[in-house]
Amino acid sequence: MSTTTAAPDASARTGRLRTGFRSLLDAAVTPLSVDDLLDHFAPLRTGAATGLQGRIVSVHKETADAATLVIKPGRDWAGHIPGQYVRVGVDVDGVRLWRTYSLTHGPRRDGRISITVKAIPGGAVSQHLVRQARAGQMIQLAQAEGDFVLAPPVAGRRQKLLLVTAGSGITPVIGMLRNLYSRDEAAQEAARAAYDIVLVHSAMKRDEVIFGAELRAHAAAGRLRLIERHTDTDGLLTTADLEAEVPDLAERTAYACGPAGLLDALEAFYDERRLTLHTERFRPTVVDVDAEGGTLTFAGAAATTVETDGSVPILDAAESAGVLMPSGCRMGICMGCVLPMRSGAVRDLRTGELTVAVPGETHPDGVKIQTCISAAAGDCTLDH
Amino acid sequence: MTTITNKAENPTAHLSAEQIEALGAELDAIRQEVLDARGETDAAYIRKMVDIQRKLELASRAALLVSIFPPAWIAGTVGLSVAKILDNMEIGHNVMHGQWDWMRDPKIHSTTWEWDNASTSDGWKHSHNEVHHTYTNIVGKDNDLGYGIMRVDEEQRWYPLYLAQPLWNFINACFFEYGIAAYDLELGRNLRLPKEKRSEKFKADLAKTLKKIRKQATKDYVVNPALALPTGSFLPALAANFTANVVRNIWSHSVIMCGHFPEGVETFELKSIPEKETRGEWYLRQMLGSANISGSKLMHTMTGNLSHQIEHHLFPDLPSSRYAEVAPKVRAVFDKYGLNYHSAPLPQQVYSAWHRVVRLSFPNGWLATTNAKNLPSQLKLLYAMTTADKRKRRVLQRLLESAAAKKEMVKAA
Repeated sequence: MSTTTAAPDASARTGRLRTGFRSLLDAAVTPLSVDDLLDHFAPLRTGAATGLQGRIVSVHKETADAATLVIKPGRDWAGHIPGQYVRVGVDVDGVRLWRTYSLTHGPRRDGRISITVKAIPGGAVSQHLVRQARAGQMIQLAQAEGDFVLAPPVAGRRQKLLLVTAGSGITPVIGMLRNLYSRDEAAQEAARAAYDIVLVHSAMKRDEVIFGAELRAHAAAGRLRLIERHTDTDGLLTTADLEAEVPDLAERTAYACGPAGLLDALEAFYDERRLTLHTERFRPTVVDVDAEGGTLTFAGAAATTVETDGSVPILDAAESAGVLMPSGCRMGICMGCVLPMRSGAVRDLRTGELTVAVPGETHPDGVKIQTCISAAAGDCTLDH
Repeated sequence: MTTITNKAENPTAHLSAEQIEALGAELDAIRQEVLDARGETDAAYIRKMVDIQRKLELASRAALLVSIFPPAWIAGTVGLSVAKILDNMEIGHNVMHGQWDWMRDPKIHSTTWEWDNASTSDGWKHSHNEVHHTYTNIVGKDNDLGYGIMRVDEEQRWYPLYLAQPLWNFINACFFEYGIAAYDLELGRNLRLPKEKRSEKFKADLAKTLKKIRKQATKDYVVNPALALPTGSFLPALAANFTANVVRNIWSHSVIMCGHFPEGVETFELKSIPEKETRGEWYLRQMLGSANISGSKLMHTMTGNLSHQIEHHLFPDLPSSRYAEVAPKVRAVFDKYGLNYHSAPLPQQVYSAWHRVVRLSFPNGWLATTNAKNLPSQLKLLYAMTTADKRKRRVLQRLLESAAAKKEMVKAA
């Protein structure tokens, strides 16, 4: 008993000492902190004041307009499960923009992570990452998120999986596959025994398939059954094709990642059959709403007003005007961008639904709105 | 100097309302050009500047740990002075103006920045960004004009107390950061109120400012000297910190005086400002109410580019690194519309500003009518005015003014 209590005491004492020393040093550099200064020398260390950052270690081309970035994350990186995504903050023309990308490796022994980015026409961040990013550059990171992950292996049972991906929708799946099959022989054997995988992948053309060679190698080695569809020769992937290609579809746990059109069709198909489908979306589906817009007033510390139209999310409009906004997934999922609206009306860009805040009638602290998928439907006052 | 509307020749009289709006549109176009071009190099500039400032401060403070050795004291004190100036001027002032908010970097943003200065960033942003930049050089509205303690315009009535204003101005220069903090709090006005009538906001702001002052003073005068104790450098380090603070204060005071005080910079009457000032009219007021300092690139950086005071007042939220490049374009607009672009080297502007402070510490016309020969009689007159009652002082003032006017006429003839 005494030994168990002695240990924490000693560590508490060194802890106090360290905190005391730290606050002395902080007092020597106020209004900065020692961490602010250390960031100029070691931005990847534990407890960086700037937050979690990563250094790009290498950039290599996957196809003509896709590239993989290998990143050394800061020491506060908490790890990830294959299939999860990470938010990255990239300075494009001096402006910090945040986007979400799937992690394309399982946890690696060297502690590095990777994302694979497809340059979307007109996409500020994706174009920048594919064409401008260089080894040595720093990017901002958030911790890995997402529940698009495989169920852990069950002893003595081979799980039957169906993975349906299109375009850059392959990125979370490649992370899963690499985790299963890029390790030593024994681990590969175990993975093969645990999962029976069918991968249906659709892309525009054969040479536009990101990780094409790697996927075909997996198929050739018998680790999975690969069904490739190339839109230029086979046409768009339909649910009828899927049923024909995968007769035991109903027995397979299904995962899908790709453009909204494909996912919507798959969800309807699976709903009809009362089967479960795990999906991963990269962008919200936006409905057409009448452009209304108005003046956004930030009544808190930001203390600014921003003119916006009814088609732009409040988050984007405010950021363009230089307001520091909390943000997250930018597609209405993570609630990282929520702010209380004191008065006014906003429209959900995904559903067209109207949310109204009336002082005296709605909650005194305001109505919480997701700024990334809400556009102003008239003048609004937000607490920020 | 006299407010623009009370002058015999109004320097804007030749401009029609349409011309003023056209001038506004031209300045807007210059602004837009910068907004369109702003990008990666600008971001790299401010990050580099912050990096240089922090490393310089760190190195200087390290040198002061052994400041018992004179070379270390000199290097540390010079470095710390420069670091404090960079922190306040090129970085702090400009970041808190929101010049870098477009980068969306939470670490370099007007809402999160704090500086090495007695005034809190929140207090300063209010008095500077909202009051001074909105009501620039409007007598009675813009407290930057004389900071409420000085006579900066002929139209302000002269009191004997103003005789001491050169001295106040010097003391204010030495302890400028505290002067600014007091001024951000509107300390004078608030202290005159009975305690129970002071607003909650004032009390809260006062507490915040005192806390900030305590932390800053503890850093410079306790913690850093204490860290230098092992080498016996406590006192030298303390002296170095004090020196650096005074150097920073005098420097920033001088630069700021040059921005709006030199002779020839216009002031405005509140009643002459239209209720709804147009963009063009606002621009015009900023153009005439500011003065530039000409000089080298290093000088511009050390003044936080407030040497481009005119450009800064026209475009307070453009990155400071861009002022040098827009200056010739702005100057061309001044020339085109027949306006005086006020620019001179630092010593000249400092002299001019101080001359004005001294001149206005005396009654109107006194300095102009004084020469070596009549000094005894002038001093007697000054003594009489100082000791006279209100009515008699007014009579003497009128006599003095007519004598000055006569002299002016002789000079003109």
